[in-house]
Amino acid sequence: MDPIFLVEAAINGILLGGVLAVLALGLNLIFGVLDIVWIAYVDLVMLAMYAFYFMVQGHGWSVWVAGPATLVVGALLGIAVHLLIISPILTSAPINQLLATGGLLFFLQSFATFLWTTDHRSVRLSLPSVEIGGIFLPFTRVIPFAISILAMLALYLFLRHTYIGTAIRAVSQDRDAMALMGANPQRVYVVTSAVGGAMAGLAATLLSFQYSVHPFFGGQFGPLTFMICVLGGLGNMVGAFVASFVMSEIIAIGGVMFSTEMGYVIAFVVFIVVMFARPGGILARRE
Amino acid sequence: MNGRTHYIEAPRGRLAGLVIGYAGRRADEVLRRVTEFFLAFPQGRRVFGNMTVLENLRLGAYLRRDATEVARTLDMVYQAFPRLKERETQRSGSLSGGEQQMLAIGRALMSRPKLILLDEPSMGLAPVMVFRLFDLIRRVRAEGYTILVVEQNVRQVLKLVDRAYLLEVGRIRMEGRAELLSEQDFVRKAYMGL
Repeated sequence: MDPIFLVEAAINGILLGGVLAVLALGLNLIFGVLDIVWIAYVDLVMLAMYAFYFMVQGHGWSVWVAGPATLVVGALLGIAVHLLIISPILTSAPINQLLATGGLLFFLQSFATFLWTTDHRSVRLSLPSVEIGGIFLPFTRVIPFAISILAMLALYLFLRHTYIGTAIRAVSQDRDAMALMGANPQRVYVVTSAVGGAMAGLAATLLSFQYSVHPFFGGQFGPLTFMICVLGGLGNMVGAFVASFVMSEIIAIGGVMFSTEMGYVIAFVVFIVVMFARPGGILARRE
Repeated sequence: MNGRTHYIEAPRGRLAGLVIGYAGRRADEVLRRVTEFFLAFPQGRRVFGNMTVLENLRLGAYLRRDATEVARTLDMVYQAFPRLKERETQRSGSLSGGEQQMLAIGRALMSRPKLILLDEPSMGLAPVMVFRLFDLIRRVRAEGYTILVVEQNVRQVLKLVDRAYLLEVGRIRMEGRAELLSEQDFVRKAYMGL
């Protein structure tokens, strides 16, 4: 095989990794603060993709307006999930919390099927490709990647340099100690859910560049997102970032060497092996 | 939980049965003004190890919105504990045990509490560290704070405080000014080994 294909696959892997990282960081942020995995996280992305689709195709909005609007939709969805589903069961047994967010997944899938049928819908964006040294880089991947990186930089600055961001990091480290500071945890939870939801909204916009949306879109990226979070160490933001690129590279390179399906198979096998060797994630400190 | 820790936990609303008051208010009323109560260390220091010293201190002032006032308190804390100023940008997890204790106290001071609650601050510390810790508490007291300290180390703590309450099996056995209490034969024999 021409090595140029491998290089191209590697670059495509990096481009995909950026968007995956946005998903993984959003989910991981929420987990870190609330200790709850939102099983239905990527199904919120699916809802936001529909929102984006209807804004662009239905109302003819420009993507530059619809994109930020989708971000807001995602944030509102995040707040709604927190207030309606998570908040009442915050102190229940973890298994009940998993069941509740898992139930939300089925609800959202059925609800979307009911409203919008199982048709695949896509926002047709025709963007050119650039060719650099025989490698074609489609703008439908380059632009989402660039925006992902900027968004993650913004998230980093938010967590580092704002008051509420510092509080979010503190809560994810030691919830009780933060309560001793007199902080109202509910406010931190709502802001975290809004930020996590906004990341979902952003990912929805970026994924719409390449993928069509349908009610079961969550199944396509949901398991992968969880795998990335677990691989990086649940709650570990840097770990999730690194794991996103590890996974996307395996999928992309495995994809050209064998087939797309085999790419996923290899990724899952690597995941299982790593979990045996380092159950705390690739960046876990040794005890 | 033992009788002593009850007295610390009660005003924080962890216990339903036991109600104590402060400054003429009932505890449940005081609770609504949680800023007035601050637990410097709840048996263990509980600093945020992955965050810098400065971030930890700023979190202590989480409920205060007046930036210039907060900056002034920060200066005061740094004056009381110059070591914290030196370590400002270090991860607090990398500090020594004694420095972490300074940080925990400094963080509690950042909220300008009316009352500081210390739950067995000397627990698990080497004797020389206990000595230094009590010196820190003395410095904080000199700044004009009111401190309620629960301690097993009777001999040391009686030198530190103005007023003491001796608890036995959760009941107050004896109370009074510290210097008077330390002269009682019963206290000297049972708790100070004299």
